[in-house]
Amino acid sequence: MNKVTNRQVICDTLLAAAKEDKDIIVACSDSRGSGSMTAFFEQYPAQSVEVGIAEQDLVSISAGLAACGKKVFAVSPACFLSTRSYEQAKVDVAYAETNVTLVGISGGISYGALGMTHHSLQDIAAMAALPGMRVYLPSDRFQTKAIVEELLKDKKPAYIRVSRSASEDIYEENTHFAGGAKVLKAGKDVLFVACGELVAPCLHAAERLEGEGISAGVVDAYRVKPLNEEVILKAASGVKVVITAEEHSPYGGLGSMVAQMISAHCPKKVVGLSLPDGHIVTGTQAEAFQYYGLTAEGIAAKAKEALQ
Amino acid sequence: MDELTKKSYRLRRIVIEAVYRSSSGHIGGDLSVVDILNVLYNKVMNVSPEKAHDADRDRFILSKAHCADCLYAVLGDKEYFGLDEYLNTFERFQSRFIGHTNTAIPGVEMNGGSLGHGLAVGVGMALAAKMDKRSYRTYVVLGDGEMAEGSNYEAMMAAAQYGLDNLCATVDCNGLQISGTTKEVMNSAPLGEKFKAFGWNVVEVMDGNNCEELIAAYEAAKSCKGKPTAVIAHTVKGKGVSFMENNAKWHHGVMSAEQYERAVRELEAKYE
Repeated sequence: MNKVTNRQVICDTLLAAAKEDKDIIVACSDSRGSGSMTAFFEQYPAQSVEVGIAEQDLVSISAGLAACGKKVFAVSPACFLSTRSYEQAKVDVAYAETNVTLVGISGGISYGALGMTHHSLQDIAAMAALPGMRVYLPSDRFQTKAIVEELLKDKKPAYIRVSRSASEDIYEENTHFAGGAKVLKAGKDVLFVACGELVAPCLHAAERLEGEGISAGVVDAYRVKPLNEEVILKAASGVKVVITAEEHSPYGGLGSMVAQMISAHCPKKVVGLSLPDGHIVTGTQAEAFQYYGLTAEGIAAKAKEALQ
Repeated sequence: MDELTKKSYRLRRIVIEAVYRSSSGHIGGDLSVVDILNVLYNKVMNVSPEKAHDADRDRFILSKAHCADCLYAVLGDKEYFGLDEYLNTFERFQSRFIGHTNTAIPGVEMNGGSLGHGLAVGVGMALAAKMDKRSYRTYVVLGDGEMAEGSNYEAMMAAAQYGLDNLCATVDCNGLQISGTTKEVMNSAPLGEKFKAFGWNVVEVMDGNNCEELIAAYEAAKSCKGKPTAVIAHTVKGKGVSFMENNAKWHHGVMSAEQYERAVRELEAKYE
């Protein structure tokens, strides 16, 4: 069982890159510990910026640094980064097209019982609505590394959300990623399109269904915006039902975007699995996933129901 | 009248022309901030169209970005672009001269329009200069109404924390905003004491429409080490056009033909 968190992988990847590039900056809002960025702050203090508990300031300062040639990774809990500093993301990052990567840590319901203030179930919708803002939800550590390496090469705005706990390994080390979507399994009856922490349960659900004679495909749509239409439409072309799964509100996230695409290009039934539009049950992330059926078993059951 | 002050009035005349032609713009604030921009661009800052991409050029952010009309006049006068394009297309269909600052315009360093952003972005720019051991300075101009935005105070804290003596904020204190006097709407005064409390060096300019007083303030800012400087410039909204002075109605008022002609007469009389 993998114990390396995706936030740790982001730090390690930036540490490796910062050896060669003094323009790489990590900025935190009293979040270096929770963002696993302490090692970066210790090894590269001159490339580290602490702004205190001030997320708006974090994003604007990052934009100012980027406007002067820096490659900035602004690391803060996804809940605050995607809403408290939303206007700064809109104006100073997206509109100004600054080289800032917003890193939302402890995303979705990672913080579990800490409650709604600490959940980020609107971040995909919010960030995706900003012009030019790319949105990434990696599903495992190897993919996280590949995405950060890719983001280091360009100068455009991006938002990347990772979970607090370690994610199950989906890929082999050094898997090549390109295009923002990866077909994990082909299927004829149903296609799962998932992102982030919901990719693994979808993959396991597909395996279960296979045992029951249902052919289920899985696409890891790790770049939620812009979606890779070609890959997803091709995988969806022969199936009866498309099921999306995401750690997000039912509105404006992966499900909405996939439904929009499917209805335009190959209309068929699309079922969206997500957290509900309401208060989330108190508990850990795993307990809440179980409660809302966002497990292999729950997802497989939804697929069978949708196929009837 | 000295040449620099005459230039302020010529710039006012350009702004009046652009705003009259487009029936849009923020004329009241343009006329209060124009001397600050004139002094910064023509006496204080190391900037020019030739240096537009020079890594060591000074950086400027108009945080009260609704006064883009005035910044465009200053930049056009310095030939960053042709003034005619600005005068003929400001806020018109498909123009690059939108009503708030954006980097599509040569010379503009940062997009703006939502208040309370510029100072924090300026902190980032000044911090980048320190990191790269570069000598450029960063100047940010804000409005006193804008000082109600809480994000400014986050930026003030950070600027002092990092000892950004290469950062200079100017508050164009014209005492008026769209709904009335700043004192009545949301009193941001005393701004000097607020900046001081946050660890800034503060220079009060009693007549913020006086170029000499402004030049002296920016010289004092340059010589202050270890902390950022705030220039609190007490200005007159609508300065230079008698019927616009100290009248909140002219925050973004539109002139009639008679008013335009009167404004032109009053301004031209100052420099001709």
